[in-house]
This record gives sequence, C-alpha cells and structure tokens, in this order.
Amino acid sequence: MMEQYLNLFIKSIFIENMVFAYFLGMCSYLAISKTLKNGVGMGLAVIFVLTVTVPINYLIWEYLLVPGGLEWIGPEYAELDLRFLSLIMFIAVIASMVQLVEMIIEKFSPALYGSLGIFLPLIAVNCAILGGSLFLKIKDITNVSEATVYGFGSGVGWFLAIVAIAAIREKIAYSNIPAPLRGLGITFIITGLMAIGFMSFMGIKL
Amino acid sequence: MSEKNKNKSSFFFISKNSEPIFSKKNRQLLTDPLDDNNPITVQVLGICSALAITVQLKPAIVMTMSVIFVMASSNVIISLLRNLIPNRIRIIVFLVVISSLVALVDEVLRAYAYDVSKELSIFIGLIVTNCIVMGRLEAFALGNGVWKSFLDGIGNAFGYGFILILVAFFRELLGSGKLMGVQVIPDFIYEMGYEDNGLMLLSPMALITVGLIIWVQRSRNTKLIEEN
Repeated sequence: MMEQYLNLFIKSIFIENMVFAYFLGMCSYLAISKTLKNGVGMGLAVIFVLTVTVPINYLIWEYLLVPGGLEWIGPEYAELDLRFLSLIMFIAVIASMVQLVEMIIEKFSPALYGSLGIFLPLIAVNCAILGGSLFLKIKDITNVSEATVYGFGSGVGWFLAIVAIAAIREKIAYSNIPAPLRGLGITFIITGLMAIGFMSFMGIKL
Repeated sequence: MSEKNKNKSSFFFISKNSEPIFSKKNRQLLTDPLDDNNPITVQVLGICSALAITVQLKPAIVMTMSVIFVMASSNVIISLLRNLIPNRIRIIVFLVVISSLVALVDEVLRAYAYDVSKELSIFIGLIVTNCIVMGRLEAFALGNGVWKSFLDGIGNAFGYGFILILVAFFRELLGSGKLMGVQVIPDFIYEMGYEDNGLMLLSPMALITVGLIIWVQRSRNTKLIEEN
C-alpha cells in the first residue's frame, strides 16, 4: 500500500517531471529563474498550490462532473454528464484557492508573504497547476490520497527544475556567450540539455 | 468635454474621423508580433504549448488556429467590457471569458477532428493558462479599442503560430522525414545511408530548436540582444 504511493511520488517527480517531460509552467519557469532566491520562492508556492488544488479538483471531477458522479444527490441525476464544464470548474477552484492562500499567508506569516507574495497571483496562470488537474483524467488516479501524492510530487518536481535552472543561470552570468544567444536563447538550450538528462529516468520501471 | 465625447463614440468602433482602418499604426499591430515583438521569442509568452505539440505539423496547425480564434475573440470581448470590469477581479473575469471560449474550441474539435483532439490531449485545455492570451488581454485589450485589440490578437496569434509551425516543420522533417504525414525525403537518400534523427522527436529537442531559432533571429535583428 505504502509502496504504491511512494512509486507515484517518485514517478511524478522524476519520470514525469512537469517541466522536462511535459513543458508545463515554462513561462514562469523562464521568467522567474533569474535569481536563486526568487526561484525557491516560486517553487515553494507551486508545491503548495498543487498539493491543495489537485485533490480538490479530483473530488469535483469524481463527484460532480463525471456521468454517475451526481448520484449522491438522487438517482435522477445519475445520467448527467457535466464533463464539458471541467475547465471552468478547475480554473475557478485554482483562482479562488490562490486568492485564499494569499490571504491566509498574509494574515499569519507576513515574512513568508513578503518573500512569496508577488509570486502567488502569477500561479493562477501557471499551466503546471491546471495541467496537474487535467492530467487526473489521463493518469489512472483512483482516490483522494493518490491525487494528493500526485499533486505534491509534481510540485516537488517543478521546484527541483526551477531551483536547478536558477542556480545555473546565476553561474552562467559570468560566462562569455555569443551575444545573440544571451539571456533567453541559452536558457532554452540549457533546459533542453537538462531535459535530456532527465530522460535517463525514463527507463526506470516502477 | 469634446475629448470625452470622442472617446465615447469610439467605444464600439474606432471613430471614423480619427484614422483609417488600416492605418500604418494598425498595420504595425499586425506585423510587429511576427518579428520585433514575437510572443514566443521576445515576450516569452505561451512557451508550454509551443514545445509540447510540435512533433508534427498537423497538431501545430490545429493549435495555431485554435489560438487565433481564442485570442481574437477574447481580445474583442475584453476590449468591449474594459470600462466595466473592476480592477480587482479582472483576472477572474479574464479566466471566465477565456475558459468559455476554450471549452467551445475543445468541444468543436472533439466533434469534428477527434483524432487530432486526442493527440493534443490536455494542451487545448491549457490554452486557458497559456500566458499569451492572458498577457495580451492584460497588456493590450484592457486599454485599447475593439478594432485595435482584434488586430493585436490576430497579430500575436500569428506570431505565435509562426514559431510553432517553424519548430514543427523542422522536427517532423528531420525526425521522421515527413511533412503533414507525407514522406518528403525520397527513398534513394535513405538507400544511400541517411537515417532519420530520432532525437528530434523527443521533447528536449523542441527546447533546443527554439533556442536556435532565437539565436538566428537575434543575430539578424541585433536590437533584440539582451544585456548580460
């Protein structure tokens, strides 16, 4: 039982890494990785939001949207198929959760808010978050705890990726790169090389 | 007062006395995003989908068309509503408009092009969080008239699609020797010992291809070079 969760966790961090395998959350990944400090802040925020929103969206998917999901209200609702609403529901949950998280952090930990604050609104439009929820349909995730583990694992994978690239970019500032390649270009190429590195995890069967 | 009236008359359409429909400025809105202000290589918007669905040309083209539709319509809608949206909740309003449009595209694709929609899987849904749509709404449609916003939406979607199709072209050509699923590299070249580069089909090469495109673009257009 425990083993199964561990497998899912490792798989979502390394083998199906959000950034290197699916290119999700690339925009913020490229925009906020100029310094290590910002990268860590953004990464933590993503871990947190993914861990919260994926299980909630799983519940919404399973108990409201799928045909037969509404059976708990009454048998006459059993045939309702609301899957076309999934995008709007998911994004509404994500946007409101981000707002909520922002308010809670502001209230209880002003120091954390100071360092995380500006990144939180950005998360609502980070595709890694919505991607995590949309992947629920494709990956066979069958209960809430699996969804939580999956959300947390994907968040950790994203965190690792942004911290790694931020550290490399801080170092690379001192290297002599051809002028047209400076900045964005070299970051793309480094990310590509890192992704090739991460592909070595693909052979692992869990 | 007269200034205010003028603004009011241009609320729905560009006022006729100010400038012709295809003035130089408006044409620039269309052409700028193709090179100088390209959404992917300069503004760094909408990268995720650009990388993930460029293994073949066909999904890239479908994706481009979907984005053109979503961007043009959402820019027009937000530009119409721009004086009514309270600043604090604008992001949620954007998300509602965009996700309804994307849900529409998703349903249409599933009905008329099921296999392509299967291939694009979650990436159609991810147009919702494609920062290119959100970014242009925030940066342009919220402060400009309807016609201008429409042009800006189309222009940026074309700029995005241009890179998308370019990347897909190279990846499909070098990776599987085909274009649009039709073999273009003749058999005798294979017989001479040429082989498809399987690496091009894997995701990391998408990143490197975009990196190289940026390199080429910036050596041509030197004002885009970043300070280190």
